[in-house]
Amino acid sequence: MIPLEHVIGLSAILFVIGVAGVALRRNLIVVLMSIELMLNAVNLAFVGFNRLWPGTLDAPRLDGQVFVLMVITVAAAEVAVGLGIVISMFRNRDSVNLEDVSLLKW
Amino acid sequence: MTAVQVLFYLFAALALASALGMVLNLRNTVAAAMSLVVTMVSLAGIYVLLEAHLVAAIQIMVYGGAIVVLFLFVVMLLNLRADEFAPGRQWLTKLAAGLVVLAAGAELVRLLSGALPEPGPLPPGFGGYRMVGLLLYTDYLLLVEVASLLLLAAIVGALILAKRRID
Repeated sequence: MIPLEHVIGLSAILFVIGVAGVALRRNLIVVLMSIELMLNAVNLAFVGFNRLWPGTLDAPRLDGQVFVLMVITVAAAEVAVGLGIVISMFRNRDSVNLEDVSLLKW
Repeated sequence: MTAVQVLFYLFAALALASALGMVLNLRNTVAAAMSLVVTMVSLAGIYVLLEAHLVAAIQIMVYGGAIVVLFLFVVMLLNLRADEFAPGRQWLTKLAAGLVVLAAGAELVRLLSGALPEPGPLPPGFGGYRMVGLLLYTDYLLLVEVASLLLLAAIVGALILAKRRID
């Protein structure tokens, strides 16, 4: 049996790698990929905890896996819109560097 | 150590290595996207080991098949192969990232001391398409409808954003 602590630990480490990618990278596409990585880490935690509390034999509980499906849906929508923004930004600024879109930053 | 544990640690190491490879790859965006595929597929393997079979299949189909391909399309459309940016110079974001790493590390140390109970016995058919589908179309029907609306809005939004000129 897989120790659940290690599953949650892997999820935490993947999430931290995603945070580091968002905070430190300047390439907008890699930042979007890091956001995907964070969403995946959360999915892993959902699946792990669902395995920990699977319900009884008469009344199984699969709510964690249903939430994972919803997170995947939201991730797909976010990537579609995010990459559309990347394309239009590349058209207007000729760059995907985050430093070039700092108009709203103080 | 059983076969399941060996496979879990194998997939975990693969996922960590490829995630690090994605974030640390400063030169080649295509290679970063391919690293992301490896991460997604190894996570799908871990889902199978955790008895979430439908989620594993959808993970491979949606992430490995659709989302990463979309990333690759955009990278190649914009021809970004040789883009190299210097890392950012804001100390504030670095400080925030450091704080998150510290908090997650402290939580990890607390977790690894073995606080979680042993998983219980599984109901038959756990994680299969029949059980998850039944739940999706009874208890979570409203959620499915909202998800379909969200996807429609995303399609229209992406089209409008990526169009050169809106007539």
